[in-house]
Formats: sequence, C-alpha cells, structure tokens
Amino acid sequence: MMRSLMAITAREFGGYFATPLAFVFIIVFLLANGLATFYLGAYFEMGQADLTSFFMFHPWLYLFFLPAISMRLWAEERRNGSIELLLTLPVPLTAVVIGKYIAALAFSALALALTFPIWVTVNYLGQPDNGVIFASYIGSLMLAGGYLAIGSCLSALTRNQVIAFVISVVVCFLFTVSGAPLVLEIFDGWAPQALIETLASFSLLTHFRAITGGVIDMRDVMFFATLIGVFLTATVIVVDMKKGEGA
Amino acid sequence: MIEVEHLVKKFGDFTAVADLSFTVERGQVMGFLGPNGAGKSTTMKMITGFLRPTSGTARIMGLDICDDMLAAQRHFGYLPEGAPAWPDMTPRAFLQFITRIRGLDKAAARAAEGRAIEMTELHGVLDQPIDTLSKGYRRRVGLAQAIVHDPDVLVMDEPTDGLDPNQKFQVRRAITDMAADKAIIISTHILEEVDAVCAAAMIIDRGQIVAEGTPSELAARSRYSGAVTLTLASEKLPAARDILKAVPHRAAELVTRGDESTLHIFAPEGGEPGALLADLRARVGEAGLAPRALALETGRLDDVFGALTGKARPAAASFDAGQEGSA
Ligand SMILES: Nc1ncnc2c1ncn2[C@@H]1O[C@H](COP(=O)(O)OP(=O)(O)O)[C@@H](O)[C@H]1O
Ligand SMILES: [Mg+2]
Repeated sequence: MMRSLMAITAREFGGYFATPLAFVFIIVFLLANGLATFYLGAYFEMGQADLTSFFMFHPWLYLFFLPAISMRLWAEERRNGSIELLLTLPVPLTAVVIGKYIAALAFSALALALTFPIWVTVNYLGQPDNGVIFASYIGSLMLAGGYLAIGSCLSALTRNQVIAFVISVVVCFLFTVSGAPLVLEIFDGWAPQALIETLASFSLLTHFRAITGGVIDMRDVMFFATLIGVFLTATVIVVDMKKGEGA
Repeated sequence: MIEVEHLVKKFGDFTAVADLSFTVERGQVMGFLGPNGAGKSTTMKMITGFLRPTSGTARIMGLDICDDMLAAQRHFGYLPEGAPAWPDMTPRAFLQFITRIRGLDKAAARAAEGRAIEMTELHGVLDQPIDTLSKGYRRRVGLAQAIVHDPDVLVMDEPTDGLDPNQKFQVRRAITDMAADKAIIISTHILEEVDAVCAAAMIIDRGQIVAEGTPSELAARSRYSGAVTLTLASEKLPAARDILKAVPHRAAELVTRGDESTLHIFAPEGGEPGALLADLRARVGEAGLAPRALALETGRLDDVFGALTGKARPAAASFDAGQEGSA
C-alpha cells in the first residue's frame, strides 16, 4: 500500500513538471501574491514588520489557483482513458486517491515555499515575530489542503476539467465566505448566535484566521484534518460509485 | 485461467452484456469476436475490475474480481481499448511506474522492463513522450505495460486496432509467442485475426454469445461449408451452365466481380461434396473451361459472423432455374 501510494504520488508529481505549465503556474502565483500584498494589502504603508497583509489574501488567491491544480486530478484521467489503467492495477483505491492528493498538496507547498523572499525581506526590514509567520505558513498549507480535498472530490465527478474548475471555485467559495465578516453581519442581530457560530465554524476562513493569529490551536487543526478526511473519503466514494455506473 | 460466470451489465435500461459465461484455460488464446457495440469492451472492463457487474462475476486464477479484486488484479495484464497511457510520460518511465506498482524489486524490474521492451520492439522510442508516438508505437507501449510482469492472464481489447499490416503481424506473433503458459483473451472485430492467433473463438452480439468453438468449427457452420467454388472468366458462364445441367446439385449461386465470376455449387441433399468436386473437375476439364479456381470450401468465418450478427454479406444471385446470370 505504502509503496504503491508513493509510486502514484511520484508519478503524479512528476506529471506536473512534464510541461512548462507548472512553471507558468508558479510564476503567476508568486506575482499574484506580490501584487496582492503590496498593492491591495498596502504592505509598505502599514509600516509593520509582519506578513499579515501577505497571508490575508491567501484564501482568495487559493480560491482560483488551487482548483486549477485539483481540476485535473481525476477529470484528466477520465478524459484520456488512463483511469482504466490506474483502476485495474493492483492498488487500493484509497491509495490512489491519497497518492494523487499528496502530489497536488506537495505542488502547492512548493509554490507556497517559493514565496520565501517575502519572508527574507520582512526580516531584513525589521524584527517580525517569526513564530507567527511560521504558524501562518502552516495555516496556509492547511487551507490549501482543504481546498485541494474539495477539488479532488469534485474533479472525480466529471471528465470535463473546466466544469471541475468552476464547481470547485463555487464550492470552495461557499466554504470560505460562510466565515467572512460581511456574510456573518447579514445574520447578525436576528439569527440566533448559535447558528452564526455554526456557520462560521464551517468556514475555512475562520480557522485560517485563527491560526494566522499566531496560535496553532488543536481545534483548528482538527477542523482542517476532518475536512480533508471527509472530502477524500467522498472522492473514494465517488470514484467507486462511477465503477458501478460505467462512466 | 479466466472463469466468467453469468456476467450481466446494464446501463440504465440498456443491457450491454447479457448473462455471459465462459472459461479460458492456461495455454489458450480465446478470441472474443463481435461487431462494434457487441459488449466486448464492457465484458473486459468487468473482468478486470474497472466496471462493477450488475450481476455475475469473473475469477482470475480462482480469485473473484468482485470479492478479491486486488489479489485478482495482480495476476493479469490488461490492455484497455485504445491503449490509454499518460501522454506526458516516456515509455521508459511508464514501464518503470508499472513495475514499481506491481511490486517488482529493482533488479527484477529492470530485467522485466528489458524483456517487455524487447518483445514489443520499443528501443527506438524509449525516451520520447508517449503522445508524440505513432499509433502503432503507442499500442506497443500499452502491450509492453500489460506483459511486463509476465502475468498468468492477459486481457487485451483490440490489440491490433489501427495498426498497419506489418505491425499487426508483429503483435500477433508476440501474442502467439506468449500463449503457451498464459490464459489470453483478445477482442477483435477482424476475422483473420481469430484465424491467425486464436485456438478458440466466441462470437458475441448484443451482449450474448451466439456461437463458440475453434475457428475451423465456426467456419464449418457457414452455409458455404462443403460447397464447391468455381471461378472463371465471365464469358464462359454459358458453358458452365451447360455443365451444371448434367451435374446433380442442390443449388448454385453466382457472384460476379468485373470479368470474373464465381459459382458456389452445393451438393445435392445427401450427396458427397467430394464426389461433386470430382465430377465437376472432370467435366470442366473436358469442356476446356480453364477455371481460375475450383475447390471445396471449408467454410468462411466472415459468412458465419455475418449470418449470426445480422450483417450478412450481399446475397449472391441464384444461378439456377435457367435464367442467365448477370455478367
Ligand atoms: N458507460 C456506458 N454507458 C452507457 N452505455 C454504454 C457505456 N459503455 C458502453 N455502453 C454501450 O454498451 C454497448 C457495448 O459497448 P462495448 O462493450 O464498448 O462494445 P464493443 O467493445 O463490443 O464494441 C454499446 O452499445 C455501448 O454504447
Ligand atoms: Mg470495444
């Protein structure tokens, strides 16, 4: 199981770099991060030596960048028929699902790691709290993991990557805005507090913000772990269900 | 060996495979024959665990594909229809991935890859992305992937589809070479392929077996089996008619192609085809007809196939009842 899982991850990860698309993706991701931080986040004007304005855009940047990675996970295999090869090899379906997911996560982690110059810069300019920055990077990776798990499941539903992308953006968006202050304010005052809290607690944004505050709380970690577990299990179920339908 | 038991696959209300049962023993190459849409690929997808049967099951080396899927999958190699692969990979990386997944250790894997590359003659393209390869090479990459771990069972869906005659010959030879110690099932809609590689064949149509047996047994079911074929220049037809008047026969049919005509002459009820042939040979010789061919038919697979699957060849005109055959 472990061995085939690693073989699947390695093949999949290598697949990202088979075309220049991966490099284009990473460059655009880094540029978008830079633009968001410096223009929208007004990094310099803040005059603070921290990366708050860098991390605060991650949920919104990931909303578009990560479905672009996850959309191909299964849809692509279906389109070119290789899924028939993959699912008739003696590998447990769970290993295939996790192996592919880990490759996507590793690729996102790489893109995230390549934002290190901004960390170097902030340390050069002042004395930031590197503990908070480290926690934020961990939080950002967990956030990416959540989006990718959702995207994996939705990619398994279709052979069309564009459809996989669009529905992933929509679903990830819903899982994000449910914790945005703007949305919660709509409910504020008339809806029971418990409902608002439940709504917010299902949001990746809420838990991401908690971690980027600098404390890695087990409850937030558990949230992401559960979310990822649920959507990867759903991926297994969807792929298995399609074996019965014949798609 | 492969045991298929009452396999059924329904897509909604549509029954693609209806209660299929058969067995393929070690050392046997089974040809799975049928027109497009007959259910060949669907059956193979169920045998290999890609599709879940609506009912029934298949066993690979005694292992049930539904209950014991992974164990069963270790024992076969599968070439899916169209030989899918990951287009960005090179054949070398592809084969290495497969041997790794199949759990071969390093040394065994390199040896196995070498053997598969040898058999499918992939040396020249090992480091070229698969999507830049010609159709023939891509098919051979798929074949290499299926045989690399030297499986007991091979399932191949149209292994020679889209290949040129030379490549077809090579793939068939590779299959025949491996046949001795494996149970092999290949699907095809090319009849000559069955003759070339299969010890046993099964004709399926609309998800059901309509005939099975050795290729020659199947061919013998042709209505032309035992008929005498006489091919001659069309201008000699009147002379042939005179001869036929003197020879007892049940029926005769005429097919004309250009200036060449072929007569299929059937022995009378209870009569010996051999006697008919001898009689005709003597008289044709006497009349100096100089036939281009005069022989006994052993039967034709394409005729059986056509008759059973409702795609009969254009009917030959009757050459009896005194009317002149069209020339
Ligand atoms: N996933 C599917 N959904 C619905 N119908 C299908 C599906 N796969 C195959 N079929 C139908 O089942 C029949 C058999 O198909 P197939 O097994 O591919 O035939 P063959 O391989 O003999 O050409 C065809 O009519 C085909 O349209
Ligand atoms: Mg087919």
